[in-house]
Amino acid sequence: MDYFAQQLINGLTLGSIYGLIAIGYTMVYGIVGMINFAHGEVFMIGAFIALIAVLSLFALGVTAVPLALLLALVIAMALTGLWGWAIERLAYRPLRNSFRLAPLITAIGMSIALQTFVALTQGARSKPLPPVIRGGFTLSEGNGFAVSLSYMQILIIVTTVVVMAAFSYLINSTSLGRAQRACEQDRKMAALCGVNVDRTISLTFVIGAALAAVAGLMFLAYYGVIDFFVGFVAGIKAFTAAVLGGIGSLPGAMLGGLLIGLIEVFWAGYFTAQYKDVAAFSILAIVLIFMPSGLLGRPEVEKV
Amino acid sequence: MTDTLQPETSPVTRTLPRGHITADVLKDAGITFVIALLLFGSIVGLRTDTVNGVLVLIPQFGKALALATAVAVGRLLLDVFIWRRMTDGRTFASLIPSALPVLKVAGAVGVTFGLALYSIPGFRASLVAGAGSGHPALGAITDLITFACESTFLVIAAMSIVRAARLVIGQTPDEAVGQGILRRFTADFGREFPIALLLIALALPMLTAGPSQRYAIDTATQILIYVMLGWGLNIVVGLAGLLDLGYVAFYAVGAYTYALISTQFGWSFWVCLPLAGFFAALWGITLGFPVLRLRGDYLAIVTMAFGEIIRIVLLNWQSLTGGPNGINRIPKLTFFGLPFERTGDGTFASVFGLKFDPLHRMVFLYYVILALALLTNFITLRLRRLPIGRAWEALREDEIACRSVGINTVTTKLTAFAIGAMFGGFAGSFFAARQGFISPESFTFMESALVLAIVVLGGLGSQLGVVIAAVILIGSAERFRDLEDFRMLIFGLSMVLVMIWRPRGLMSGRTPSAFLNARKNISGSFVKEGRG
Repeated sequence: MDYFAQQLINGLTLGSIYGLIAIGYTMVYGIVGMINFAHGEVFMIGAFIALIAVLSLFALGVTAVPLALLLALVIAMALTGLWGWAIERLAYRPLRNSFRLAPLITAIGMSIALQTFVALTQGARSKPLPPVIRGGFTLSEGNGFAVSLSYMQILIIVTTVVVMAAFSYLINSTSLGRAQRACEQDRKMAALCGVNVDRTISLTFVIGAALAAVAGLMFLAYYGVIDFFVGFVAGIKAFTAAVLGGIGSLPGAMLGGLLIGLIEVFWAGYFTAQYKDVAAFSILAIVLIFMPSGLLGRPEVEKV
Repeated sequence: MTDTLQPETSPVTRTLPRGHITADVLKDAGITFVIALLLFGSIVGLRTDTVNGVLVLIPQFGKALALATAVAVGRLLLDVFIWRRMTDGRTFASLIPSALPVLKVAGAVGVTFGLALYSIPGFRASLVAGAGSGHPALGAITDLITFACESTFLVIAAMSIVRAARLVIGQTPDEAVGQGILRRFTADFGREFPIALLLIALALPMLTAGPSQRYAIDTATQILIYVMLGWGLNIVVGLAGLLDLGYVAFYAVGAYTYALISTQFGWSFWVCLPLAGFFAALWGITLGFPVLRLRGDYLAIVTMAFGEIIRIVLLNWQSLTGGPNGINRIPKLTFFGLPFERTGDGTFASVFGLKFDPLHRMVFLYYVILALALLTNFITLRLRRLPIGRAWEALREDEIACRSVGINTVTTKLTAFAIGAMFGGFAGSFFAARQGFISPESFTFMESALVLAIVVLGGLGSQLGVVIAAVILIGSAERFRDLEDFRMLIFGLSMVLVMIWRPRGLMSGRTPSAFLNARKNISGSFVKEGRG
């Protein structure tokens, strides 16, 4: 039971990170209808900017860890949002009305280019950051096994909940959210009703990138090491999560993220760590075979 | 969906008067500079590095500043020289005819230069070496330009030979019948391109000489593997319209089939080749079966997941596949039983009374992969004439209509997966036989993405497009090998640029297999892609 509880905590932490990245995929898919393959790279860039921000803040004499993390979060969200905007503007907007595979190919190209760009400018070696937040609670002890909940994990889960709440408010109750939902339903009609479609799509990419930056900072703080390749694996997992939850559905993305995180951690905990990815992908395949539009996705209507 | 309400023009270019640099353009360049500075400053400006186990920041703001300046100047130039000209309703493409004489002269100069390069031995090497001594990048660019001139000359020469042969046997193009010799020679000249390409491919080992010969044949073999993979994937994506992101799985199955059977049982390549194709096809059906109900992007992600699963299994099934160490000492290809060895009896060299030369094996490998690739192309072209090929194309255009007219979509999809996978398996076993060593590292998702990029960049469903895209992508990646780090950066960016330039791929015209009254080419923009 103790072991189970520990895995549950670890799984929820990992799932929160995946969920935040998955939202970026699912939002873009909902509005533009394309798989933004470069989103994993945006996450990686977010993590790098967060790392640089944290290090420079420490160097500038901001030694209070909470303040430094908060500032780094804001900086990373702003700059990564700018990266998201630039990527959309350069690689996707010219192909907005093109056929479906064209933006997928530019996304793959962008992903390769960004990975190499960061490897070139930041070096290919992995970047270890000493743990910034230490310590935690011990929930129960006995049978020689202690269930611990570190401050870091609390911070990650709480941040995710706060960010998700703010994000839900943004989508459900602001004019930007309304514009986004309108574009998702019918872009042309939204434009006729006075919604600035280009601006809305750009902002979608900015928000998605900012959420990825939050995930990037948390990933960096939790694992303490990043390299230019982290975006690929995390991106694939998060994308799997988005599809599992039903691509285009925001609660689905979060649910999918949590599920993928839990599956991975439990599989690694109870079976073999090598096959945890196989487990995650197999569950995805099985779910899709029986529910072809994901857990919370709307079934596609067949039109003739 | 078309957003005709918001035409895609930059706000600056719309208001620009023609003429000199205006305040608008400068303001635009200024904004670009600020944005680029923020973007590059955040990643380039401070480099993280480990010194004595501690991460430290090394400032390199100069680099970030230089990059941002380059971007801003580039945008300024584009604004002034290209985008500005489009304000009076003309598009960039419409400017090309007025530049046609210039292009023709440039082409003629290029071809002449190519002839000179080709016929004067050592000219090219000294040119490249000379430029390369200035800066490695300069050398690489010179290399690329000379290579482009040479290959243009070769292609034009081969096309002329084909046309001359056609005229001799009395095949004059319809529109030039009864006209002068020059007109008969140049009419519809582009038609000879595919055959010329085939001629060059067949004669390639004879066309090169000296130290660059090995390199040329090796690169060509590499390109042909991707051409074959591209043609195989083209059946699935281009013809049947099923977006498959895990194609590399079948390539891996083929490679491991040959590697395992040949190292464990000692069977020869020619016995293993059909087996590899068979197993890959079997996997194609096995993986295709569960995803039959899925459409579009869901199909893409599940095929990608399957590709990853196969790779992870190969990586972790230590006892069978050797895990990350892969499989070593895979038997090399033999000339129908005669090994390419330096010493011993019954080797290729001794039987034919030749002096041993490692080149023999390379040339043989080249012709094997050429034959395999041509076989793939031939079978695909024939299949398109069969009911199953028509069914694939119908499935790509509209699945519901397909079902309505009584096409069995299950078998149609599964045959597409199986046949596409089979060619992937063939290519895989050839790859294993050529390398002599395989490991899961060769079968990552990036390979799948690369093959898909070749198919899409070439133009979905176009056989010739795959060849051109493979030559450009793989060939340039090989040529820029010296610039190791920048290679992939250029590769990724050029994928983006080419796609923006020609979203339908390089060969976007499509000839439907089934046609009414007369065969004609239609533009790719009239063809809807499949929803899988």
